Amino acid sequence: MIRFALPLTIFVLMIGLLAYGLRLDPKRVPSPLIDKPAPAFSLSMLEDPSRKLSTADFAGQVWVLNVWASWCVSCRAEHEVIKMLARQNLVIIVGLNYKDQPADASRWLDTYGNPYAASVVDGDGRVGIDWGVYGVPETFVIGADGRIKYKHIGPVTEESLQQKVLPVIKELLG
Amino acid sequence: MIPEIGQFALIVALCVAITQAVVPLTGAALGVQRWVAVAVPAALAQLLFVAVAYGCLTWAFLSHDFSVLYVAKNSNSALPLIYRISGVWGSHEGSLLLWSLVLTLWSAAVALFTPGVPRVMRARVLAVMGLVSCGFLLFIIVTSNPFERLLPAAAEGSDLNPLLQDVGLAIHPPMLYLGYVGFSVAFAFSIAALISGQVDSAWARWSRPWTNVAWLFLTLGIALGSWWAYYELGWGGWWFWDPVENASFMPWLMGTALMHSLATTEKRGTFKAWTALLAIFAFALSLLGTFLVRSGVLTSVHAFASDPERGIFILGFLLLVVGGSLTLYAWRAPLLKSAAQTSVLSRDGALLLNNIFLAVVTAAILLGTLYPIAIDAMGDKISVGPPYFNLMFIGLAAPLGVLIGIGMLIRWKHDTFERLKSKLWLPALLAVILAAGLALLLPEFKLAAFVGLSMAVWILLTVISAIRERLQNRSLASALRSTPAGFYGMLLGHLGIAVFIVGITLTSLYTKEKDLRMAPGDTYSVAGYEFTFNGVRQLHVDNYVATRGSFSVHDESGNFATEMFPEKRIYLVQNNPMTEAAINAGLARDLFIALGESLDNQGAWAVRIYYKPFIRWIWLGAIIMALGGVCAASDRRYRRLARGRSPASDALEQAS
Repeated sequence: MIRFALPLTIFVLMIGLLAYGLRLDPKRVPSPLIDKPAPAFSLSMLEDPSRKLSTADFAGQVWVLNVWASWCVSCRAEHEVIKMLARQNLVIIVGLNYKDQPADASRWLDTYGNPYAASVVDGDGRVGIDWGVYGVPETFVIGADGRIKYKHIGPVTEESLQQKVLPVIKELLG
Repeated sequence: MIPEIGQFALIVALCVAITQAVVPLTGAALGVQRWVAVAVPAALAQLLFVAVAYGCLTWAFLSHDFSVLYVAKNSNSALPLIYRISGVWGSHEGSLLLWSLVLTLWSAAVALFTPGVPRVMRARVLAVMGLVSCGFLLFIIVTSNPFERLLPAAAEGSDLNPLLQDVGLAIHPPMLYLGYVGFSVAFAFSIAALISGQVDSAWARWSRPWTNVAWLFLTLGIALGSWWAYYELGWGGWWFWDPVENASFMPWLMGTALMHSLATTEKRGTFKAWTALLAIFAFALSLLGTFLVRSGVLTSVHAFASDPERGIFILGFLLLVVGGSLTLYAWRAPLLKSAAQTSVLSRDGALLLNNIFLAVVTAAILLGTLYPIAIDAMGDKISVGPPYFNLMFIGLAAPLGVLIGIGMLIRWKHDTFERLKSKLWLPALLAVILAAGLALLLPEFKLAAFVGLSMAVWILLTVISAIRERLQNRSLASALRSTPAGFYGMLLGHLGIAVFIVGITLTSLYTKEKDLRMAPGDTYSVAGYEFTFNGVRQLHVDNYVATRGSFSVHDESGNFATEMFPEKRIYLVQNNPMTEAAINAGLARDLFIALGESLDNQGAWAVRIYYKPFIRWIWLGAIIMALGGVCAASDRRYRRLARGRSPASDALEQAS
């Protein structure tokens, strides 16, 4: 009898392990950029291409960089959550418009609303490479010391906003 | 409207599946024949409704209905027709629908093509498959609805993942699913047998052809996946021990063990409990594979869609199906008595040893696949890589190669050491001599190559001995008439292994690889071939633009000349760069060129050139194995038993 129950026992143990595994976040790829200075950029603004915006403009502030594009369907799902964050008026949210056509991007913001203090244009994705972006959307929280404090890969959901992004921001704001 | 019809059809299919699961099982338990009779029509109806749902989703793809979220995410109006059809299973929701469709196909096949199986048994089998189907349909409807609307509709779809825009990968998932899901038949037979307490050789005979067919599809599916990784990912490798690859390989190993164990149970009436357990394992590992791929527990190159909430559902389902089965097993298996005594030195013993090795290899792969989760649970991130898997696999699989040869020549029930020795010494000696000769012909003698080749030659020679044994004291005509197809199936399956061993041995030991910087006009020599770079030009094709390099290739004697055109593609919608390697394929070697990055404005490019000897043999071996599966499944014996219902099987039915 015991011999025949052995497979069941091993299986139950394995399920326990898998259940635990589910609670872990596979997207929590340890980013080499965490606690490193945010890579500098100086890019044209989407709203006014003649003006440039650079990382230096946000020195001494806590800010959020959200990577988005008009071609990215997940960004549309995420957009309501970013707007929710914007309505709280805690931090500046900068959009990094990644590998997109400026006309499409502007139309997208007109249609779905614009939560960004400003969006900068990363047409060829060079800045994306500096920031280690490997998919859209991604979201970074940068501290007042200019270092990246948190990186979220994939769409920020309401749940992850409440449980992960906001706590980091609130802690940084003190 | 059409997507709503699809969704409705899915819900109806779920209701039918519940009926298919509950009514026949209850009927069988209470002895109500009319309830038992529900199983067959229910299985057919379920196929109809799932097929309707599947058709609706396909229609949404074909008609560019971007008001369906799934279509908007995985298609585009510039997407070629074939990828709009294959795009249906290009991501999570659709691939689950395909899973369900395949499951209902298998159920309908069981309903239609098992006339020799007693009615009650068939009803139980269909009920178990209906239960599995309930879980999957519920999963689709509750967590992964492919018909979800996107309102307002997207103006344009965000395109199918460019990696998946490829013919090889278009047919890889259906093949793989036919295999994965096909094991549900053997599983259902095993559960039905455990419920009824009748685990006899008839049960093994009914399960065998189904297991063979599922196994051959899985073999082809895995080979296709490996072939795709080879030419599409542009890495030049053919197996990466990626968690998702492992997830398909583990059911294959278990399925292989199951085929062998079923043979023993049918022939000798032994290993009953073990065979029942293997059938459960093979399907459990198929489900586990689905869980690993779909839940996002493990990250891998295959993580096209993953979501922890879905993972909880699948885990619950896994617990129910596998936990339930193993509980049933723990309760009923002690009743299964083996009919015959067996000596260790016999084919039964050899097959048991084969099963043990396969089970241990599977366990080791499972351990390597799940270990990162265990470590993650303790707070670290690691991945278990090819060094572990290669060492473990080669170490454990090598004895299996030797065992194949012994297994084909040893007798059932009881054999003597002397007889065996007289059969085996000549093939063994010849194998070593021939392999040594072949290894010396190679550009450089390597011990590992010698070992691999001896294994392959040994299998080849023992296959020949097995044929000679068949011919002994018999005319060729009578031998041909009396030899069952299953015997040829076995020979082909084992020959496939030999071809496969040659492929992996020579490819892994003698591959030449060069990373080069090449400007137009540059010539480099790799493994005796001269590669001249002629520069690149730009092309615009359907939904991508390509930078196409051109290479002229000659061998030193001037006998061989060809042009090769590797590409670097940018898929316009997602702006995704993709490498399309140029491959010149041959039975003895592949030439492989991948275009890297542009290095300067003078037209110099980073280029990677591979010379891969005998790599085709890897997939050729898999095709031969699959052919063996076709042979074995087509054995006349199964059809003869299927024709008409014998009085004996009716009597059996009354008794149950």
